[in-house]
Amino acid sequence: MAELLKIEHLNVKVGNKEILKDLSLSIPEGQIHAIMGPNGCGKSTLSKVIVGDPAYVVTSGSITFKGKDLLKMSADERANEGVFLAFQHPVELPGVGMALLLKTAINAKRKYLGQEAMDAVQFMKHMKIRATALGITDEMLKRPVNVGFSGGEQKRLETFQMAMLEPDFCILDEMDSGLDVDALKVVGKAVSVMREAKRSFIIITHHDDLLKYVKPDAVSIMRRGTVVKTGGPELVKLIEEQGYDAIG
Amino acid sequence: MNKTKEALSRNLETPYQEGFETLVENETAPKGLDEDIIRYISQQKNEPAWLLNFRLQAYKHWLTMQEPHWLKGQYEPIDYQNIYYYSVPKKSGLKSLDEVDPEILKTYEKLGIPLNEQKVLAGVAVDAIFDSTSIMTTYSEQLKKQGILFCSISEAVQQYPELVKEYLGSVVPYKDNFFACLNSAVFSDGSFVYIPQGVHCPMELSSYFRINAKQAGQFERTLIIVEDDAEVSYLEGCTAPQRDENQLHAAIVEIIVKDRAKVKYSTVQNWYPGDKEGKGGIYNFVTKRGLVMNDASLSWTQVETGSAITWKYPSCILKGDNAVGEFYSVAMTNNLQQSDTGTKMIHLGRNTKSTIISKGISAGQSSNTYRGLVHMGIGAENAKNVSKCDSLLIGDKCGAHTIPVMKCANPTAVVEHEATTSKISADQLFYVQQRGLTSEEAVALIVNGFCREVMQRLPLEFAIEAQKLIGIQLEGSVG
Repeated sequence: MAELLKIEHLNVKVGNKEILKDLSLSIPEGQIHAIMGPNGCGKSTLSKVIVGDPAYVVTSGSITFKGKDLLKMSADERANEGVFLAFQHPVELPGVGMALLLKTAINAKRKYLGQEAMDAVQFMKHMKIRATALGITDEMLKRPVNVGFSGGEQKRLETFQMAMLEPDFCILDEMDSGLDVDALKVVGKAVSVMREAKRSFIIITHHDDLLKYVKPDAVSIMRRGTVVKTGGPELVKLIEEQGYDAIG
Repeated sequence: MNKTKEALSRNLETPYQEGFETLVENETAPKGLDEDIIRYISQQKNEPAWLLNFRLQAYKHWLTMQEPHWLKGQYEPIDYQNIYYYSVPKKSGLKSLDEVDPEILKTYEKLGIPLNEQKVLAGVAVDAIFDSTSIMTTYSEQLKKQGILFCSISEAVQQYPELVKEYLGSVVPYKDNFFACLNSAVFSDGSFVYIPQGVHCPMELSSYFRINAKQAGQFERTLIIVEDDAEVSYLEGCTAPQRDENQLHAAIVEIIVKDRAKVKYSTVQNWYPGDKEGKGGIYNFVTKRGLVMNDASLSWTQVETGSAITWKYPSCILKGDNAVGEFYSVAMTNNLQQSDTGTKMIHLGRNTKSTIISKGISAGQSSNTYRGLVHMGIGAENAKNVSKCDSLLIGDKCGAHTIPVMKCANPTAVVEHEATTSKISADQLFYVQQRGLTSEEAVALIVNGFCREVMQRLPLEFAIEAQKLIGIQLEGSVG
C-alpha cells in the first residue's frame, strides 16, 4: 500500500513547552488508524499540528502528505490537499449558516484543484443525501455553525462536514467524548460508508467506545508526547483489560 | 498567530474600486458662498420666489450657527469659501439619453448602473445624480400611470410646486442643525418621490449619487411623501472619485409616512474613504428623518463602508399611535476612517414600537461609534424599544464605542438595550481555514455572518453588492 501520511522525528512546542518529542508515524492509503493514549499525552496536539494550527511550533522533523511537504503549506492549503480535522471542540460561528460554510469550502477546494465550481442545485443534492443519511435536520442546517448545539449534535455536524467535503485524509479527534450510543453509531456509519481504498482515517481516542463501531486496521499508543507502540487491533483489547501502564 | 494577523491586515488593503474620475465639462458657479451664489443657484434652476426665500432664510440663520465638533472623531474646520456649491455637467437635465454626455453614461455603466433604455435595471427605477444635478430618471413614465411621481427635486419644484412647498423642511426644518441648515440654503438636486393613497409601488426606487467635480460639495435633498395605505421601497447608493482633498457631502432626506403606509429606505454608502494615511475622502454629514403617522412604519437599513467621516443618524419620529420605526445598520471602518452613526427613535404616539440593530466593524486604526437616542415622550403609552448594538474589532489598533441615550417620560414605556463587543478569535479563523478558506475568505465569511441580521433586510441585488463591498473593504485587514 502506498503511503499517504508520513511523520518523522517530529518535535513540537507551545510557548516554551515541548509537547511532541521525536514522534514518528506512517499511515498508508486506505487505513483506519486508531491513536490511543491517556489524557495529556499529546494526541490532540498531533492532530492540530497535522492540520497546521499556527498556535503550535514545529521545532524539527517532517510531515509529508502524498509525498508533499505539509509543513510548508498554510492551513487552508492543507485542507484543500485533502486533510480534514473533526474538532474535539468545534468553534461557534455566529450568523454563518452551515450550508454557506460548506458551499464556500467545497468551491474553495475545487478552485484550488482547478475544477469548476459546484452550482446551487448540485450542492443541494450533495447536501440532502448526506444530511438524511446522518440524521441532520434542515433546522440544524439553517442554524449558525455550532451555535447553541449540544456536544453530541456538534460532533454529528463535524461528521457531516467530513462527509460533505470528502477529504482523502480524515482525523477524528476524540469524537467519542460525551457522545451517546446513537451518535457513536452515526460516526461509525459515516466512517464505514466513506471508507475507500485511497482514503485513510486517524481516530484519536482515550477509551474504546468509538472503536466498537469502527474497526481499526492499526493502533498506535501515545505516551508522554510520542508513539510508544504500533500494532494491530489486539492492542485495543490489551489497553481495555490492563490500562495504559501495560505499555511503555 | 502572527500569520493570522498578517492575513487580517492584508485583507483590508484593497484599493477603492470606484475611485476613477470622469472627464466632463462642468458649468460651475464661482467658489465660495454668499447671497449672490444662492440667488445664482435659484436662478439657474428657475425657482419660484418662495423657494429662493427659503434658501435665503436658511443662509441667514446658518451664518449665526457654529460648526459642530461633538462627534467622536476629528476634522479640521471646513473652509466654506473654498467649496464650489454648484457644478453641473454642461450637457444635463435633458429629455433624452442621446443628449447626455457619453462620458457620464460610461461612468454609471462602470458602476454597474446602466441608464441606457435597453439595459435599465429590471425592476428598479433609478434617479442618477451627478455632482449637483440629476442626469436621468428611468421608468418615470411607467410609474406615472399609477400616479407615482419619481423625478429629480428640481423637476418637482417646476411640476409639483404645491407638494414641494407643503413638505420641504416639514420634517427637517432648516434650523435643525448646522449642516442641514447649509443644505437648505444651497441644495442643488436630489430625488422626489410621491406615492398616492393606497398605491404599492411596483418596483424598487433608487437614487445613485456620484460626486465627480473637484472641490465641489454635494448637497442633495430627497423628499419622499407616502400617502395613506401606500408602500414603497427605496434604495440609495453613493460613490466618488479618489481625491487628495476632503469633499463635503451634506444631504437631507425627509420622509413623510402617512397612516398605515410602509416605507423601507436602504442605503449602501461607499463614498471614497481616503487613503491609508487618511488623506482625502468624503465627509458624509447627513440628516435623515422620517415622520411616521398612525399604524405606519418606516424602516431604515444602512450599510456604511465608505467616507473619511460618517456622521449620520437616520431617525424616526413615531408621531402616530401604533407607529413602527426600525433601524438596521452595518458600519464598517478601516485605516483611519471615523464613523459616528446611529439613530434617533422619538416615540410620541401610543403603542409605538422601535427596533435598533447596529453592527459596527472596525479594523486598521479606525474609530467606529454607535450613538443613539431613544426618547419616550409623555404620550408614549405602552411604547416599546429594543436596541442591540454589537461591535466587532479586527486587530488591536481600532476603537469601537457605544453611546446609547435613553429618555423615558412615560412610566408604561419599555426600553431595552443590549450591547456586545467581540473580536474575531484565532480559533474561529483557524476553524474556517481548516475547511479550506484562506484567512481573507475566512474573515469575510465571519464578518458577513456577524452582519447577517442586517444584510438580510436589504433587497437581494443590494445585499449581494453590500456583501462584496464588505469583502473588498476587509481585504488587508486580517492582522
